[in-house]
Amino acid sequence: MWPAVLTIALIALLAGLALSYAYRSLPPETSGLVERVNELLPQTQCAQCGYPGCRPYAAAVVAGSAGINLCAPGGEETVRRLADLLGKDVLPLAEATPLQRAVAIIDENRCIGCTHCRSACPVDAIVGAHQLMHTVIAAECTGCELCVAPCPVDCISMRSSG
Amino acid sequence: MTAPTYDLGKLHGGLRLEGRKTEATREPIYRVPVPAQLILPISQHVGDDAQPVVGIGERVLKGQLIAEPDGTLGAPVHASSSGKVVAIEPWPVARRFGAKAPCIVIECDGEDTPIERAETPPPYNTLPPDVLLAMILQGGIVGLGGAVFPTAQKLMQAVTCELEYLILNGVECEPYISCDDVLMREHAHQVLGGAQILMHALSLNVGYVVVESDKPEAIQRLAEVMSELNDDRLVLKQVPTIYPSGGEDQLVQLVTNLEVPSGGLPTDIGCLVQNVGTAAAIYDWIIDHEPLVSRITTITGDGIAQPMNVEARLGTTVADIVNFAGGYTDRAQQLIIGGPMTGKSVTIDEVPIVKATNCILVLSEPATIGDERPCIRCGECAEVCPIQLLPQQLFWYACADNEAKLREHGLIDCIECGCCDLVCPSHIPLTADFRKAKGRIQELADEKARAERARQRFEARNQRLEKEQQDRDRELAGQKEAAKQAGPAAIAEILKRKQQGSEDD
Repeated sequence: MWPAVLTIALIALLAGLALSYAYRSLPPETSGLVERVNELLPQTQCAQCGYPGCRPYAAAVVAGSAGINLCAPGGEETVRRLADLLGKDVLPLAEATPLQRAVAIIDENRCIGCTHCRSACPVDAIVGAHQLMHTVIAAECTGCELCVAPCPVDCISMRSSG
Repeated sequence: MTAPTYDLGKLHGGLRLEGRKTEATREPIYRVPVPAQLILPISQHVGDDAQPVVGIGERVLKGQLIAEPDGTLGAPVHASSSGKVVAIEPWPVARRFGAKAPCIVIECDGEDTPIERAETPPPYNTLPPDVLLAMILQGGIVGLGGAVFPTAQKLMQAVTCELEYLILNGVECEPYISCDDVLMREHAHQVLGGAQILMHALSLNVGYVVVESDKPEAIQRLAEVMSELNDDRLVLKQVPTIYPSGGEDQLVQLVTNLEVPSGGLPTDIGCLVQNVGTAAAIYDWIIDHEPLVSRITTITGDGIAQPMNVEARLGTTVADIVNFAGGYTDRAQQLIIGGPMTGKSVTIDEVPIVKATNCILVLSEPATIGDERPCIRCGECAEVCPIQLLPQQLFWYACADNEAKLREHGLIDCIECGCCDLVCPSHIPLTADFRKAKGRIQELADEKARAERARQRFEARNQRLEKEQQDRDRELAGQKEAAKQAGPAAIAEILKRKQQGSEDD
């Protein structure tokens, strides 16, 4: 019996050593992973996580420099999926209140045509020329609220879209 | 006279339900008089809402186009009688959760003046198929079996496929509903004429007219008219009375013994299915130039004084029709638009009759059967499921919100027939759960599509910004270079000017 036990133990030891060596020395495959993480994110491009868009955040998550619970629009659902994909523990959302789905509405009577909101929009969902009225393409708006702050006349509001 | 029932395919599961149709079929079809006010939803079909083309205060004639299809999928809406448009506003319609939908309200003048026919079109069999299809599109005709899919678009999709059979659906398997039965009894000519038009439009040589065995009068009448027409392309078939054999895919399986693939259409296996009511509507439009402005509806149930079938103008309210049928009885408790299995329960009778309304059912007590108890995994539901799904398994995954497993187990193929609900000994509302789960899957798919679009736009924008930055850098570098070259001379020039300036002072 002992030879058998020893043989198995030896094989296990060798395999363990080989695996731990491989884990330390071989580079982790991250490029595909970033894409997969990015796919799970809501693509609001709202930058509330502190990164300038969903893909940069995905890259940071994969690199380990960002937590998986920073995406407010994604909510707990996204945290759960990221945890599933990356084999991490589910964390409570950093932002207490996840965003409701909303679209930006420009009060066209008050708009002065400064184009500040147009350049802030991460998905080019605002159209309008300099000194002319601007408007939001509602179908393309992700509800990220990035256009609200730059407006000098406060004519942009968010409206819930169900 | 009966049609042969042999040479049929087999349908899995299904239920033999008590028909309860004779109460309403004893009487002939009555015409409901034109009401004082018509309420016409702009969306009476699958697809995008039609857009109103009339204004408030405008006078309209019977059959006049009042809303045009907008987008790729849709059907026009016509005025059901003459009168004045008094409002275009949200009105309660027979949808789940009592939602309101935009409607065109017409105050009728009682004269019922029809719009003048532009010119007599040539006989349909001299027209090329595409012209005929375009004409059908203008008639506002949609699938009258309940799905209200725009008929013209269904036909346009069908012509791109290799077709073999036209199947005319006169099965009407859901209890209580008998509008197709009386239509075939009284308007067999229109039904078969419509079939001939369809076969011409699609150049088909076989047309099966399929009727359930519990409608002997309709079968006899169809057979009589068929022998009059002497058209050997038309074949009458009788199928056993089993719910839900009138479902489109189920009917194809019964008639041809071929199974419609999951996520596919009957046209994939060479069949085009049309309801008998749709065929009659096509006949009325192409031959008599009458667009779809009225339909036959069954009004029945033990909460109605005189159950009957009526032909009512679209836009007539349920209340008007109930009054016409002698009003409610004292026992009336629940109002359902549609049949007892697939209908929608509504709480007010101000909703209008639309193209989809095949039945108004008033029952004495709500159809609740008992409290929901845990699933005991008896498998009864899988026995009766006509799609051969595993409802008990789907129920598990629906509770756990497991989207991947729901897809894998074919939730998308569920036709929501309600058979599993009926046999469940634990009274689990399976169909309602599946409907909810389907909605959730759709929501997730929409969300994903939206996210993908936002991602593409974000990346496109980043690329654009990068390119702009590069262009600017290049320009700046060019300017710097130019300044450097012109540098010494320019500086000398400036110094000279300064010197002159100080001398002038």
